[in-house]
Amino acid sequence: MGKSSATSKDAQALFHSLRSAYAATPTNLKIIDLYVMFAVATALIQVVYVAIVGSFPFNSFLSGVLSCVGTAVLAVCLRIQVNKENKEFKDLPPERAFADFVLCNLVLHLVIMNFLG
Amino acid sequence: MAAVETANDKALRYAFGNVLCFFILLLIGVLAFSIRLFSVIKYESVIHEFDPYFNYRVTQFLIKNGIYDFWNWFDDRTWYPLGRVIGGTVYPGLTLTAGTIWRILNSLNIPLSVETVCVFTAPIFSAFAAWATYFLTKEVKGTGAGLTAAALLAMVPSYISRSVAGSYDNEAVAIFALIFTFYLYIKTLNTGSLFYATLNAIAYFYMVCSWGGYTFIINLIPMHALLCIVTGRYSPRLYIAYCPLIVLGTLLAALVPVVGFNAVLTSEHFASFLVFIIIHVVALAYYIKGLLSPKMFKFAVTLVVSVGLVLCFAVIAVLVALVASSPTKGWSGRSLSLLDPTYASKYIPIIASVSEHQPPTWPSYFMDINVLAFLVPAGIVACFLPLSDASSFVILYIVTSVYFSGVMVRLMLVLAPAACIMSGIALSEAFGVFTRSIKFQLPGVSQSQQIDAKDNGSEPSGDVIRNDIVKTDRHDEPVKERPLRRNKKKDKENMEKASKPSIKSKIENKLLVLPLETSIIALFLLVLLGAFYVVHCVWAAAEAYSAPSIVLTSHSHDGLHVFDDFREAYAWLSHNTDVDDKVASWWDYGYQTTAMANRTVIVDNNTWNNTHIATVGTAMSSPEKAAWEIFNSLDVKYVLVVFGGLVGYSSDDINKFLWMVRIGGGVFPHIKEPDYLRDGQYRIDSQATPTMLNCLMYKLSYYRFADTDGGKAYDRVRRTEIGKKNIKLTHFEEVFTTHHWMVRLYKLKPPRNRIRSKTKKSKSKSSSTSNQKRRGTGKKNPWH
Repeated sequence: MGKSSATSKDAQALFHSLRSAYAATPTNLKIIDLYVMFAVATALIQVVYVAIVGSFPFNSFLSGVLSCVGTAVLAVCLRIQVNKENKEFKDLPPERAFADFVLCNLVLHLVIMNFLG
Repeated sequence: MAAVETANDKALRYAFGNVLCFFILLLIGVLAFSIRLFSVIKYESVIHEFDPYFNYRVTQFLIKNGIYDFWNWFDDRTWYPLGRVIGGTVYPGLTLTAGTIWRILNSLNIPLSVETVCVFTAPIFSAFAAWATYFLTKEVKGTGAGLTAAALLAMVPSYISRSVAGSYDNEAVAIFALIFTFYLYIKTLNTGSLFYATLNAIAYFYMVCSWGGYTFIINLIPMHALLCIVTGRYSPRLYIAYCPLIVLGTLLAALVPVVGFNAVLTSEHFASFLVFIIIHVVALAYYIKGLLSPKMFKFAVTLVVSVGLVLCFAVIAVLVALVASSPTKGWSGRSLSLLDPTYASKYIPIIASVSEHQPPTWPSYFMDINVLAFLVPAGIVACFLPLSDASSFVILYIVTSVYFSGVMVRLMLVLAPAACIMSGIALSEAFGVFTRSIKFQLPGVSQSQQIDAKDNGSEPSGDVIRNDIVKTDRHDEPVKERPLRRNKKKDKENMEKASKPSIKSKIENKLLVLPLETSIIALFLLVLLGAFYVVHCVWAAAEAYSAPSIVLTSHSHDGLHVFDDFREAYAWLSHNTDVDDKVASWWDYGYQTTAMANRTVIVDNNTWNNTHIATVGTAMSSPEKAAWEIFNSLDVKYVLVVFGGLVGYSSDDINKFLWMVRIGGGVFPHIKEPDYLRDGQYRIDSQATPTMLNCLMYKLSYYRFADTDGGKAYDRVRRTEIGKKNIKLTHFEEVFTTHHWMVRLYKLKPPRNRIRSKTKKSKSKSSSTSNQKRRGTGKKNPWH
């Protein structure tokens, strides 16, 4: 009993420390995180829909889910490149990172449009 | 002032080095192109072999009808009466590439014919592949290694064998796409730039368009990512290099009709998804680790692991159940035969019968990659000093490609670039060591070494020391330059401005030099090794791999004989038969018949329908009447048989006949292989079994053969006299035999117009029933 209360107290302490550490991140990174959450949520909604309704036409489902996952992945890459704490990317201007992000998204969505049917 | 001069000198040497590098690359491209032209010089500018003829026909169609018709093309001239959906079953990369080149040239008013463009596509792309190898190796080790690897790849016989001028096959562009995709992956890994990741995905798309071997890429890259994670080399650059490629790559692969939904449904791609999930978990773990204090992090780990393990097991159980429910565990037949080398011979005789799918022999390694076979282990060692992400990738590449090349001869082609990269690294490092030894011991140079305390050209061991000084993950590569006698290889020198005069490394360098005489002799021997390699490559290209196999030559005491029988037969077919006539032959000749003779065939090299091929095989193995029935039901008018007994051409149909029996017997059980063998031996002489002597293939091959040499009928390939010399054909008639008897064409005789009389009728009836009884499985035979 003592152990479980200790673990629950530890869990709460963990939760608090996570929250406080995350609150310290700069706002632009938080915006990117929000975008990633949105994309992943959209993908999940699509998967639930397919589970209910069925997977025909499959190419539309695939392109929809992969567009959400793809843009989430690209946003995470952008976040990595823009994050000031990453020493490897300190001489990469954030404008260049954003331009790469836009370009990759363009290619991704061009392919999606083609595959959507 | 001395500093300014040094800076100027350095800039000048940079410029000189770059210009020299550019010219060397140009020469390497010219070399790669010209070494593949032997077949054009020795024979003519013609398309070789079998598969290229199909690609040529598809390219002709694309150019004539445009891309939309090509994409939706349903071909009814092959696999009669089934037809083939070309748009959905062909890898379009090669044809689209050649079509684009033709269209660009034509728009510039350079009127090259389609055939010329097709013939020369492969040499052009091999030049591109050599340049791609330069870029890839430069990312791994530096410019010197890059130039060496490019020069080696331009000449390696294994690659030449599939990309001579005239070999218009998928590998011609696919190997370039493979190396280029790997280069962009390594570049993204080294720089962490999302731009290169996008280019990587597009290059991967080109590879998927071009060749079925793209599954190698989509399994090797996840393997490498996993290796990096497991060895503790995870970095954000790995995430950027891997994840966009997987998402965009899967989508792009699904765009190609041949792959379609297989991109997400077959086991060949599951590895990439698994590692995708793993890399996200690892990335999240590192992120949380950065956020939390160490104590909190440890607690979080225990919590997550205990919960996550349960979830993981559940998911894995579901996945395993799904995969195990399919009979092949979700893998395609070809991939399974790669993983389990004995699979094909047990279950899929067609895959086992192709000679390219056999395991290679030891001599074929020395034939195909020659000197590189001993340089590869040295290269592997050099890659470990120091180990970077890029060099770990190349090590993984060579190990996996060595395994796969051991399963199938055809995959020696994938080994070739890896072997060239490794050997390039090894040779470059060896040259570096020896030239450094010479430089340190030449009297004039060592004095200047005292003046420029900062100038220490680095080498691998120096870098190991320097890695403590300059912490960088990237392999910033200063390589030494030394004028060498061999003008193909030049290492560039970058005088690195060390942050402090590293006298310590200078002393270390001095300790690592070899004696002067040893170095000079070693350099000379290395150059000699290279010379042997070049001589072998040129010989292999000229003698071994330049045969177009549609035209054969032989040297005899009265000069050169040219055997052009195949084209003779196809030309006869195209001039003397109706456009809608169907031609039946063994599947080897299907592509050539449709492309050159322009007639509908029953089976061709695509071998997608085993039952149809088995039908043709059964017909060839049956007696005349049964064969006539089978062919008549398929609307066949002409039968084409290849026979090499008169001239000694050993790849003829009699030699392939046992495969026809096996494949036919696999579907129609009344064809049994032991019926055709006497005591387990395949014979066609007087000791052959009656089934063998009566089968259609035997009769069509040896009909009137006894007339050629006055009744002896000596078969030059099997080296014996044939068993049955007086052959009479009742249901077929001979219409054409080529000059050297290599291709023989027969026509199906139309059925008798009327039955002669009542007695004859009952006799024919009784003989047909006795035929049935003799065969014994009349009911089972679907053709009665």
